[in-house]
Amino acid sequence: MIAALAMVALIGCIAWAGAAGGLAFLFSVVLPYVAVIIFVVGVIRRMVYWAKSPVPFRIPTTGGQEASLDFIKQEKWDCPCTKGQTVVRMLLEVLTFRSLFRNTHAEVLLNDPVNKGPRVVYYSSKWLWVFALLFHYCFLVVFIRHFRFFMDPVPGCITLIETLDGLMQVGVPRFYVSGGLLLVALLFLLTRRLVNERVRYISLLNDYFPLLLLICIVATGLCMRYFDKADIASIKVFIMGLAHLSPASTEGLPSLFVVHLTFVSVLLLYFPFSKLMHMPGIFFSPTRNVPNDTRRVRHVNPWNPPKQFFTYAEYEDEYREFMADAGLPLEKQPEKAAE
Amino acid sequence: MYNAKAVIVGAVIFAVLFSSPFWLNFGKDDYKRPDVVLPKNEKECVEPVEYMRAEHMALLNQWRDQALRNEKRVYVSSTGKEWTISLQNTCLKCHNDYANFCEKCHIANSVYPYCWTCHITPEGKK
Repeated sequence: MIAALAMVALIGCIAWAGAAGGLAFLFSVVLPYVAVIIFVVGVIRRMVYWAKSPVPFRIPTTGGQEASLDFIKQEKWDCPCTKGQTVVRMLLEVLTFRSLFRNTHAEVLLNDPVNKGPRVVYYSSKWLWVFALLFHYCFLVVFIRHFRFFMDPVPGCITLIETLDGLMQVGVPRFYVSGGLLLVALLFLLTRRLVNERVRYISLLNDYFPLLLLICIVATGLCMRYFDKADIASIKVFIMGLAHLSPASTEGLPSLFVVHLTFVSVLLLYFPFSKLMHMPGIFFSPTRNVPNDTRRVRHVNPWNPPKQFFTYAEYEDEYREFMADAGLPLEKQPEKAAE
Repeated sequence: MYNAKAVIVGAVIFAVLFSSPFWLNFGKDDYKRPDVVLPKNEKECVEPVEYMRAEHMALLNQWRDQALRNEKRVYVSSTGKEWTISLQNTCLKCHNDYANFCEKCHIANSVYPYCWTCHITPEGKK
């Protein structure tokens, strides 16, 4: 946690110092280009690596009844046996985080009246699911909203999303609900790691770092919009320059914007080598993306070498003389076999 | 590679989506800052131009609160000059051309403020 905090703070300080010390070109032009290239190439390289890994078996880790006899009702989406049902399971997983919905929380009751002693109790725990869903969808909306800086003219669908997002018409510039909720959800996910002792025990640097990095990205972004406001007309000129591959002058860019851009670039650089790769990874999950038809279809491992069979008939042909000499029972006697 | 067809389709979708800012703008003319028409008879706004570009919406709200809620009609700018707090008589006196001033920049940056659902749009007088 402390190491992750230190790393994120260091990145922020370096970017800030760089922006102030005349290295804005390095941080806001060179770094984003390098980051985008490494991000796209890195993700595809990892996808190819995964696609090359064989998945020999169906893995029937299910949350429901497998297809069986006619009078036993099959749980079609939790234990699919056809391609269509598997597609539904994948869609539910990707869009609604269905397996996270099954998250439970275990607790030891010391004086349980039923047991007259300690007992482990499992509660359904939906908070992680709620905030994970909130975080991912808010992030998506914020991501899409940023396209107003990358496109000219701004398409109507983005304007529509902005209108819906700022429907409450609170303040100027209008408060976007997605931005605020994004920060709330991230803070919940971080607090959960710190407060729940079991989760804290298994949390590592590579859990804290992306969370803190995202919090910094969101915080600098919100700050630029609501507090230390940046002149978005100038920023759009700069970003469109990047998108046209003819970067505009970095002179006069707000330091906060350079820091924001640096954080985003670091996120893109870090992405292909981290747990954030669950974005493409979810489509490669064998427990989700193959139908559980282990019982109705015979699966033969496709790369098994051809088997060397030695049947009993061949065995007897080979050793008949010796077996007859030893007085062992034979299916064909030597004189019969000779005919 | 297993399931090569699906994986290649996925990789292509990913690459196309995440490089969209580059190919969507490919071959188009360079983006230019919208050239707003500045007032002709006045050289100086209430605050310096950098401040106005970034903070004008906050200043408008501040002026509204000052004038309508605190009944304070005098604004002292950072340069020490005094201004009358009034949208119609101070702001719109010079910035009287909505289509060539406010709207140009707002549309380019997808900003749609709700000022004009109540206030009268300055149409521009010659």
